[in-house]
Order: sequence, then structure tokens, then C-alpha cells
Amino acid sequence: MQKTILPLLAGAALVLTAVSASAATLDDVKGKGTLQCGVSQGLPGFSNPDSQGNWSGLDVDTCKAIAAAVFGDASKAAFTPLSAKERFTALQSGEVDVLTRNTTWTMSRDTDLGLNFAGVNYYDGQGFMVRKDLGVSSALELSGASVCTNTGTTTELNVADYFRKNDMDYEVVAFEKADEVVAAYDAGRCDVYTTDQSGLYAQKLKLANPDDHIILPEIISKEPLGPAVRQGDDQWFSVVKWTLFALINAEELGVTQANVDEMKTSDNPAVKRLLGTEGSFGESIGLGADWAANAIKAVGNYGEMYDRNVGPDTELGIDRGLNKLWSDGGIQYAPPVR
Amino acid sequence: MAVQDALPGRVGSGGFAALNDQRVRGAIFQVLLVIGIISFGWWIIHNTAANLRAQGIGFGFDILFDSAGFQINQALIEYQETSSYVRVYFVGLINTLVVSFIGILLATLIGFIVGIARLSTNWVVAKAAYVYIEILRNIPLLLQIFIWYFAVLRLLPPKREAIDLGPLGLLNIAGWYAPKVIYGPGFPIMLSALIFGIVATFIIRRWAYKRQMATGEQFPVLWTGLALIIAVPIVSWFAVGILMKGAPLSLEYASEGNFGPRGGARVYPEFIGLLFALSFYTASFIAEIVRAGILAVAHGQTEAAYSLGLRPGHTLRLVVVPQAMRVIVPPLTSQYLNLTKNSSLAVAIAYPDLVSVFAGTALNQTGRAVEFILVTMATYLVISLVTSAFMNWYNSSVALVER
Ligand SMILES: N[C@@H](CCC(=O)N[C@@H](CS)C(=O)NCC(=O)O)C(=O)O
Repeated sequence: MQKTILPLLAGAALVLTAVSASAATLDDVKGKGTLQCGVSQGLPGFSNPDSQGNWSGLDVDTCKAIAAAVFGDASKAAFTPLSAKERFTALQSGEVDVLTRNTTWTMSRDTDLGLNFAGVNYYDGQGFMVRKDLGVSSALELSGASVCTNTGTTTELNVADYFRKNDMDYEVVAFEKADEVVAAYDAGRCDVYTTDQSGLYAQKLKLANPDDHIILPEIISKEPLGPAVRQGDDQWFSVVKWTLFALINAEELGVTQANVDEMKTSDNPAVKRLLGTEGSFGESIGLGADWAANAIKAVGNYGEMYDRNVGPDTELGIDRGLNKLWSDGGIQYAPPVR
Repeated sequence: MAVQDALPGRVGSGGFAALNDQRVRGAIFQVLLVIGIISFGWWIIHNTAANLRAQGIGFGFDILFDSAGFQINQALIEYQETSSYVRVYFVGLINTLVVSFIGILLATLIGFIVGIARLSTNWVVAKAAYVYIEILRNIPLLLQIFIWYFAVLRLLPPKREAIDLGPLGLLNIAGWYAPKVIYGPGFPIMLSALIFGIVATFIIRRWAYKRQMATGEQFPVLWTGLALIIAVPIVSWFAVGILMKGAPLSLEYASEGNFGPRGGARVYPEFIGLLFALSFYTASFIAEIVRAGILAVAHGQTEAAYSLGLRPGHTLRLVVVPQAMRVIVPPLTSQYLNLTKNSSLAVAIAYPDLVSVFAGTALNQTGRAVEFILVTMATYLVISLVTSAFMNWYNSSVALVER
């Protein structure tokens, strides 16, 4: 049983290994020849395996971009599916090199769990889904409802806060695996399914009759989802952080998966710095000059990633909203490469 | 040792000669071993703390007093989101103990019935028991838990409808809304009456046993006991009801709510699913143990009982089972331990047992794997040791008394 073994393994690793002076993940990754990413156990749009076991999604693309930046080859990315409960232990114990698993950046995770969040690849918030025939149109009408959710998430804390704040009672049914949450909700065990709103759009597709359900308008929390690494390895932290920033900057600068090679000859100095034809930015994080170009070639810029995985033309059909670039009225914003 | 002790201590030249004394050497090794174990333990603790610090992860048990912030549905003690992790621990522990205890009772009952049925001379009964055992013990438990849970969910009516069980309350997909017992003013008097009935029954039983041993006369203990245990409280019920104007106990039923019934005493479907899965699964092993135990009693015993004129029922109860128990109890203990430990699969179907809420949710919300896992392991160890101790005591009470 993986779920019980993981904490034990982590414990054993912490107990028995000697303190290592510098944990150079980048060297490890290069040595292994693969980048091990922690992903969900199947969340369409973010990290989802197809029938051949090929993973796709926004988080998967984030991981592939890092692999491409490090190796120049996105196929060097390997995926470890993790439940919400297992994920931090898996990262802490070194089972994965980076966690790209719709994980909310919170203060306690950032500080007390020994993690560092490298940025935000999706600004989300928690929502509620209910059956249409309940006739509920606002979350404030949910007093007395039973709520299905995942354990080990910010979700179960937010829902407790929300119901308490609004003085409503409720009953929570918390499963470890998302598939069981879906099955129990679909069977009618719960009146409400709550998780990140993007997750609701994704899980809705798995229900027997998706059209019988609606997502309520309320957003009850801030869920900035982003990749996380272990604390204490600044170089690796920079690699992950700047790969994500490079994807966002690429969109802003008009660099796409299709035109990245031509753009190398662009006159725009910002593009040149990004694509490694000017300056030595790749080198400063231990990578080659074309690190960002490789990442963009592998998965496209942030906007392309968004549209391909969760955007309006996909099954999930989520409007770009907050995740538009700052210059388009959203809040996606990356520090400049210079 | 006796030989050693008889020898006069050898007086050697210098202090090293003491090393030749086996007792001294033994003591030295003991001391070295203890020092070794302690330093190993110290090293482990020190190293763990250092590793955690190096990774930027906090360490310390004071976290247990922080407030948990999440809700738990089946809490048999007072629990709120603002309660501490210590309380989460007790909620989880109690849930583990409850499902294990009831599971053990149920598994034992089913296991004995199936085990005895397996030896039945009735072909259909014996085959049915055989099929039960072979199917249940060969399907992984986790799968059985899912099957039971989702079967329970599928079979029951949706949340806004319910099967009316009359005085037993309502039943639907969200569980069984049993009547909740409300204690009235005269409850202590009722309780005393009940205790009186039980104590009186025990005294009569001892008296009847002595008399039967002395004179051979039997006394209807069962009926007298039932009368005492039931009649005395009933009489006092009415007395109290009239004198204190209000029943000592009353039942509160679930009422209509927006999302189906509300209130009453809830038995959650997660509990029912887990309980059934654990009991039926473990019962298949217990059945085999019971069968083996009965077969281990020499056939001559049965024949002897028959020739003394005992009927088959009496033979089984008074001659075969008591002897079979000696074979049955030790392996039964490990089945009980297994059931208790297997209850930690609860997390799969959202039953809030110790592993699920404490070593799971709480661990995850705090990220303190080392602390929470240590406490959980220690807890299971204690539960197992207590169970074993109890079963050993019971075993020695059924063991053959050699004279
Ligand atoms: N963002 C929240 C919740 C993340 C989460 O676990 N969401 C669930 C429901 S959308 C999920 O990813 N399930 C997929 C899985 O477990 O594989 C957090 O970081 O705690």
C-alpha cells in the first residue's frame, strides 16, 4: 500500500541518512537522465494519463518544459501519480524532483513543510458543484448538506472555514483518492462536491450525466496553484522558477512553439535574452543558453499551454479569466529576463 | 549456574582476573549493550532532527496542540474544527476501536456459525459454508471494502427519500438515522434498577450452580434472570414516569431537513461498509480456525458423550467446543489483531479512523510525518498488546488444567 509506505519511507530516509551538505537536485537530475515530477492521479486538464499511459495537462506541460530546459528533450520527463495526501511526503523524501500537482501555495506549506513554491501556473479558487435538481443556486443555501471532498487538501480546511463563518452546519465525507470522491458524489452520498473550481470542471466530465450538475457561482478561497521544490536548493529552485517565468514571458513577447526558431533572429533585445542569443542567462542557472527556447519548443508559451489543456476550446472550457497576462487584464505576470 | 555458584570465586593476580568470571563478563556485556542501544537511539533522534532542520521542516510534538481546522463526520466525542490535533487523535482512536470491537464480535459470530456449518452433515449447508469461505478469503480486502461500500450506497434510496424502519428510524444513502436516546430526570433510578437486576441474576446463578453440584437439582436461572433484568426496570420505569412526570428515557427521531433527514443518532454508510467488509472477510478465516479446532477434538470424546446419553447439542456445547477452544483461541487472537490493523484501510472509503484522520489528514495538514507516524505506531502497538494480553488471559482460563 503506497499510501502507508510513503510516510514510512520518508521517515526512514530522514532518520537514517546522514545530513547532506548541499542537495544539488540539478546534478542529480542530470545524472539520472530523467526528471521525476509528482502529478495527480488523473485530473483532466492538469495531469491526466490516456489509455497508453501518456500524460497530458497544464501541470504535465510545466514538467515537460523543465525537462526540456534541462535536457533539451521533453521526453525525459517522468511522472509519479500522487494523491493529495501523499504529495508532500513524496517531495520531501526525494521520490520526486518537483511537484507539479495542482498544489496551492500557502504559507504553512511554504515555511513549515520545507517546500518552496516556484510561482503560479494557474490562479484558482475553491467552488461547489451540486445536482441541478436540488434547486440550489447559491452556496449560502447549503446549510445541512453533506459535502464530498479530498483529504489532505486546502479544500477541506476552506470548506470548514466557510460553513463556520456563515454559521451553517454540514457533514464532510473526505476520501483520499479523487476517483472515490467522484464515485461517492455521483452515487448520491453527498449533496455537494467541493474542490478547486478548475478541478470541478475537470471532475464533472467523469460524472455519469455531467449536464445534471451545476457549479455554483461562489468562489470561497484563493488557490494559487504552482510547482513546488524542496527548500535549501537555490539552484534547482531557480531552474523551476525561471522555466515557468520564461513561458509566461514568451507569451508576452509573442514567442510561440511555432515561431521560436525564427524569433532567435528577432531584433527585440528582450526576446534575444530569453532565447539565449544575447547574455548568458541559461548558464547562470546551470543550463545551456537555449534552455528557454527548448522549453517553448516543447510545450509552447503559457497561453498556448493554457488553451491546449484547459481553455475554452477544450472539454473543460474554462475562460482564461485571472490567468490572462497582466497586460490583458489578468494577473499572470513574470519578472523580466535580464 | 548452579555449578558456577558452587565454585569458589577465583582469586587472581590483578583486576583483569575478574574478567574471567563469567558473571562479571556477563554484566559487562549487558552494560555495553545498553550503552550501545541508548547511543543508537540518541543518534537516530539527533540525526532525524538534524535532517529535518536541514530540509527546513519543523519538528516537535507541540504541534499536536494546534487547532485542526477540518471537520470529521463521525465524532463520538465532542469535536469541532477549532479542536486540537490531540482531539483528532482521540476521535480517530475511538472510531478505530469501535469498528474493530464490533467487527470482532460480528466476525466471531459469523465465523463460528460458518465454521460449524462447514462440518454439517447436511450437504447443502456444508457446501454453502465452503463456498463462503473460499470466496471471501481469496478476494483482497480492499476490494471487498469498496464492494460493500458502493453496494450499500447503490442499494439505499437517495438522500431526500428513506426507508422507514418504524421505531428503528430511517435508512437511506447517507446512513441509518437511528433514534437518539435522550436521558430524562429519573434515568439514574432506572439505571440502578437495571444494575440491581443484573447483580441479583449473578447471585442466583452462583447459588443455583452450588445447589446443582450439591443436590443435582436444576434451577431455571435463565428465566429468573430475564425476569429480574427486564421486569424490575420496567416496573421502575412506570414508577418513575408517574412520580417524576416524564419518562426516564425518550427517543428522538430524525426530522425533515432541506437535504433529507436531520438529527437522530447517525450510523454512517462508511462505517457500515467497513464493518461488513472487515467482519465477513475475517469471519472466513475464523470459520477455518473453528473447523480445525473442532476436528482436533478426538472423535472418541463425542462417542463417549453420546454413550452417556448427551444429546448432540449438549455434546457440542459441553464436550466438544470447550476442548476445541484450546486449539481455537491462539490463532483467533491473530485474526482479531488482523482485523484491528486492517481497519486502517478505512481511509479508502472515508471512514475517519485513526490512520485516516490522524496519520492521514492531520499529518498532511501539518507535514509532520515523523511525529504523527510515531504516535500512530505506538498506538497500534498498545492496542495489539492489550488484545494479546486479554486473549492470553482467556486462553489460560480455557486451557487444560493439569493436576
Ligand atoms: N489545490 C488544493 C487541492 C488539490 C487537490 O488535491 N485536488 C483534488 C481534487 S481536484 C485532486 O487533485 N484530485 C486528483 C487526484 O487526486 O488525483 C490543494 O493544494 O490542497
